[in-house]
Amino acid sequence: MEKFEKLTGIAAPLPLVNIDTDMIIPKQFLKTIKRSGLGVNLFDEMRYDRDGNEVPDFVLNKPQYRQAQIIVAGDNFGCGSSREHAPWALKDFGIKAVISTSFADIFFNNCFKNGILPIVLPQEAVDVLMKDSEKGSNARMIVDLEAQTVTSSDGEVFHFEVDSFKKHCLLNGLDDIGLTMEKAAAIDTFEAQASQARPWV
Amino acid sequence: MSPKTLYDKIWDAHVVHEAEDGTCLLYIDRHLVHEVTSPQAFEGLRMTGRKVRAPDKTIAVPDHNVPTTPGRENPDQMPEESRIQVAALDQNARDFGIHYYPVSDIRQGIVHIVGPEQGWTLPGMTVVCGDSHTATHGAFGALAHGIGTSEVEHVLATQTLIQKKSKNMKVEITGKLRPGVTAKDITLSVIGATGTAGGTGYVIEYCGEAIRDLSMEGRMTVCNMAIEGGARAGLIAPDEKTFAYVNGRPHAPKGAQWEAAMTWWKTLRSDDDAHWDKVVTLKGEDISPVVTWGTSPEDVLPITGVVPAPEDFKGGKVEAARRSLDYMGLTPGQKLTDIEIDTVFIGSCTNGRIEDLRAAAEIVKGKKIKVKRAMVVPGSGLVRAQAEEEGLADIFKEAGFEWRLAGCSMCLAMNPDQLAPGERCAATSNRNFEGRQGYKGRTHLMSPAMAAAAALTGHLTDVRRITG
Ligand code: SF4
Repeated sequence: MEKFEKLTGIAAPLPLVNIDTDMIIPKQFLKTIKRSGLGVNLFDEMRYDRDGNEVPDFVLNKPQYRQAQIIVAGDNFGCGSSREHAPWALKDFGIKAVISTSFADIFFNNCFKNGILPIVLPQEAVDVLMKDSEKGSNARMIVDLEAQTVTSSDGEVFHFEVDSFKKHCLLNGLDDIGLTMEKAAAIDTFEAQASQARPWV
Repeated sequence: MSPKTLYDKIWDAHVVHEAEDGTCLLYIDRHLVHEVTSPQAFEGLRMTGRKVRAPDKTIAVPDHNVPTTPGRENPDQMPEESRIQVAALDQNARDFGIHYYPVSDIRQGIVHIVGPEQGWTLPGMTVVCGDSHTATHGAFGALAHGIGTSEVEHVLATQTLIQKKSKNMKVEITGKLRPGVTAKDITLSVIGATGTAGGTGYVIEYCGEAIRDLSMEGRMTVCNMAIEGGARAGLIAPDEKTFAYVNGRPHAPKGAQWEAAMTWWKTLRSDDDAHWDKVVTLKGEDISPVVTWGTSPEDVLPITGVVPAPEDFKGGKVEAARRSLDYMGLTPGQKLTDIEIDTVFIGSCTNGRIEDLRAAAEIVKGKKIKVKRAMVVPGSGLVRAQAEEEGLADIFKEAGFEWRLAGCSMCLAMNPDQLAPGERCAATSNRNFEGRQGYKGRTHLMSPAMAAAAALTGHLTDVRRITG
């Protein structure tokens, strides 16, 4: 996995609550057996009309947001299915961080596995950053994972919380499976004990 | 010892390693796999030269993509990309030596129906699957939740998952349900009360008399939608009904092992003075047959209600409601029972089991449908066979329903079963998101009996008006 470096980028506003995974990547794009190439279909049904033409009003189609690396969204972003295609599509488009008041649990976890940082901030902070993101490419937001801060284009700084283990993995681009494999002995011991205690499993 | 919840007990029994910050390595007893979220995980194993650590605990079945029309064993029936995914699962199951129910096997079906049916899901287990509705298995008192593809790969390789413990939420449904009210109405009403983010960060335990009174199948319906309320998992403590359901299933323990298992299973309940971080209580008598009007499962109202106005809401929900109403083509103040329906879908892991089909068949028996299209898609080949034996299939066919083969079908419309733009569907599935059942398709969620009632009248209908 790539390391999460300090990010200075354009933020796109998506002021909707309950943006679900079907919106992020509709199911017709789940038929791939690869992880890459989903960026063109990110938010497909909002972004294109039935004939495949871009909907000019949709934020990521506006010239000033085509290079967005951050999304600022309403409550409960990523609710719905467990499809990792959602973070794959975001990542493939170039999104590296999403800011909201809350995220759905599975989506939240899936982000970290793909080098995307989901940032939870209180409503007032999200409101300020939402406004800030409306400035388009004139404004750059700074996301500093090391310092756990988001800085608006006006220099206003917001601190966010992040799980220390997840932060460590993201900063260092660590692969979970490799880390867990190092604990193989503990898994062996557990399995041996569990097969005594619960042999029917 | 300090008192524990059911969640605490299952969790504690599965911790392999705990780091100082509370991050745990949790052992996984059952890993269910389907064709859509697994190809990249198997690919990852191949690229790193890793094996499946516990193939005997890994069970795969294709369900999301498969056609539900006869002759589907013929791969030409499938769109190319779906065929590739199913073929990839066939290949992966063979290469990695995991349990597999191919499309041609009568036991094939929706992964969350097959697991319990075959006795793979047992009380006290940890169960995961690359699918958010894994919560279904919580009905057995198993800690079951959905995971992403990276985590699928992690479980395949290590049989563990990196997890932090969630908080405990108790959802109690007291008293008795009124006639015409089902498990689906309970679970939708809970989401209506708590919101789709109300359970975020929690594992829910459902309890109370109305939950106890439910059959195992009803309990699966309730737990299935825990995720729609944002919870990581939903649980119901096992009891005599659970044990009776499990007993004799192909992969359930037998003989002395059964006795040993029962000894542990009987301890799987929350202690009386256990701590809850949040408690939600609904009265069973207050729950009505409900339907959804919008594009989020929290948009729930009793069928006797009217379409709300955006101004009825607060904050970001005002704009979301406006968008929903526009998408759904509804007018505030319109009676829900005046909403006309052109498609009915009975099936899915929420309501595709035999009792669901019985409940729907009871309503349609001897009558004819008034909608353009209605389909029943049994949740597994075995459910289908049983429904045929009981004569339910004939009831549906005579009424004008299509009688399909097992799969996810129009629940997420990855196969050819889709709504056309603007079509409106009464569905027994679990998601009414924009485009879920087809581009610009409109979905109203409800119980099987309510969907059957809508099929007969051509509009959303209070099932109690039909049953009297
Ligand atoms: S029936 Fe629907 S919700 Fe259930 S597993 Fe299939 S697609 Fe998912």
